[in-house]
Amino acid sequence: MSTYSLSDETAVGAGQSSGSASRKQELGNWLRTSGAGVAAGVAWVAFGFSCLLWDDLGDWSRTQSLGIGAFVIAAVALLGTFSADFLGSAGSALRHRAPWLLVLGLFLTLWEIATAKFAWFPLPFFPPPQAIIEVYTDDLPKLLDSVFASIRLQLGGYVVGAALGFLTGVSIGWSRGVGYWVHPVLRFIGPLPATAWLPIAFFTFPSSWSASTFLIALATGFPVTVLTWSGVASVSNAYYDVARTLGAKPSFLVLKVAIPAALPHVFVGLFMGLGSSFAVLVVAEMIGVKAGLGWYLQWAQGWAAYANMYAALIVMSLLCSGAITLLFKTRDRLLVWQKGVVKW
Amino acid sequence: MVASSLAQSIAYRAVGAALDIENVSHAFDIDGAALPVLEDVSLIVEPGEFIALLGPSGCGKSTLLRLVAGLDRPRSGALRQDDDRITGPDPSRVVVFQDPTLFPWRTVWDNVALGLEAQGILKSHRQRVDAALDLVGLSAFRNAYPHQLSGGMAQRVALARALVNDPKILVLDEPLGKLDSLTRITMQAEIVALWQRKGFTTLLVTHDAEEALFLANRVIVLSDRPARIKADIRVERSYPRHRGDPHLAELRKQILTLLGLDATW
Repeated sequence: MSTYSLSDETAVGAGQSSGSASRKQELGNWLRTSGAGVAAGVAWVAFGFSCLLWDDLGDWSRTQSLGIGAFVIAAVALLGTFSADFLGSAGSALRHRAPWLLVLGLFLTLWEIATAKFAWFPLPFFPPPQAIIEVYTDDLPKLLDSVFASIRLQLGGYVVGAALGFLTGVSIGWSRGVGYWVHPVLRFIGPLPATAWLPIAFFTFPSSWSASTFLIALATGFPVTVLTWSGVASVSNAYYDVARTLGAKPSFLVLKVAIPAALPHVFVGLFMGLGSSFAVLVVAEMIGVKAGLGWYLQWAQGWAAYANMYAALIVMSLLCSGAITLLFKTRDRLLVWQKGVVKW
Repeated sequence: MVASSLAQSIAYRAVGAALDIENVSHAFDIDGAALPVLEDVSLIVEPGEFIALLGPSGCGKSTLLRLVAGLDRPRSGALRQDDDRITGPDPSRVVVFQDPTLFPWRTVWDNVALGLEAQGILKSHRQRVDAALDLVGLSAFRNAYPHQLSGGMAQRVALARALVNDPKILVLDEPLGKLDSLTRITMQAEIVALWQRKGFTTLLVTHDAEEALFLANRVIVLSDRPARIKADIRVERSYPRHRGDPHLAELRKQILTLLGLDATW
């Protein structure tokens, strides 16, 4: 940093007479803002060449399309970098993400060479990128069916679990009587991993779908209950005093004081519940349910279709990450009054 | 702003309620032992009076206010508002606490609207919220959240939240205690002006003798815990008062002597 400022000063001090120094400085500035974008473009060109230059060791149908796709991305990256100044927010977004684009291009090039071209990693356990692309193009209907099945199951269980957990948490936090009866049950059952119920649940429930919904709801409900409860219990008495002197009835104290004050805690519970319910979802689909991404993984393993497994894993990761992003966006919207929130 | 004459404030006096504190004693349970905080406190407050309760810190002033507000019930004795026994909180007696305790999840406007909303009459009285915000000069901040306000502004919002209910008795529990001295002076004048305009009975807890004398008709000096009434001093001075008034300085000396602080005079 200090070297830069030093050279800046000399450039200014030398004045207009030394044009080469200022030109050098301009080049330095340009490299700092656009260097990563250019390098990213070069990396993607390299990835394209790595696809097309050598023959595949295996039989994959999308190698050529992938190579062309890489060139297209390289072209977009280069053109975008050169005209970033005229592209507004898209340009600055590209500049911001260019280092990642560069790393991704390098990673894909290495991956391509190490698998499809020279098999430094043993096939078929490490499929090349084109094999995964092939799954997305050729096995799309089955993959989409699995995605929708997973979303349906997860959403149903999560909504039921979150709603019941929230209601239970508020009741325990608010009423001593409810707390007396529910708290011991919660302590006994809550810490049990929901997956431990799996064998029993699949016998006792009428369908594997209802059993899985129950398990996901259980996994979600426990953290939501505990955190809602602690949220309601930790609301400052001063808030209640204020509301009471202003004429608030008990229902107002619950709905308009306790619950809004507890919401930050509730969202922590919802976040934790989401994480543990993903785990239950995948296990339930692998063991009992004949649909969904967990089942797809299991099925692909049975056929030794390793590319399909990687493809499903990537989709699953995008879905889970997307769900958490959605939750955090909802929270940021509801809790605008809070300062200093966790960034996701 | 403060320019209302004495006659005018008398005309409004009907709005305020009378408060009758009758032989009230109270104690806290601490580890099974009863810790007496109030001992046989009796006080009759006329409608529209401005009473300051002055006493050393921790003497039980705030406890007395909680009893007046109806947040707690006394161990013995009775409190009456216009001959009706106080048995619980009521929006006709509103408290402004030392901390503004605004609800951080509500905007300024929604915070002020709290009382009307709790009583289920907000829909038909929305203009009262606007008027209360105008009264404390914060209309421009109606959509701000509490964390965006300064301490003085937050306390003004708390004042507006109390005033929107048109209280008969306004209970102020050291509301200016945590403000910087300049904001304090401004808000003292504002409180007097509001009291004169609205005519509610005011009970102010403070540990600042000067503040008590600047604001109140009567200064009640309390003893150390358990609190008893040591003196009931009438301040016969019209408003607006002047901080340099020699009569007030004389009274201040008298009060500090009562509190055992005359050596510092």
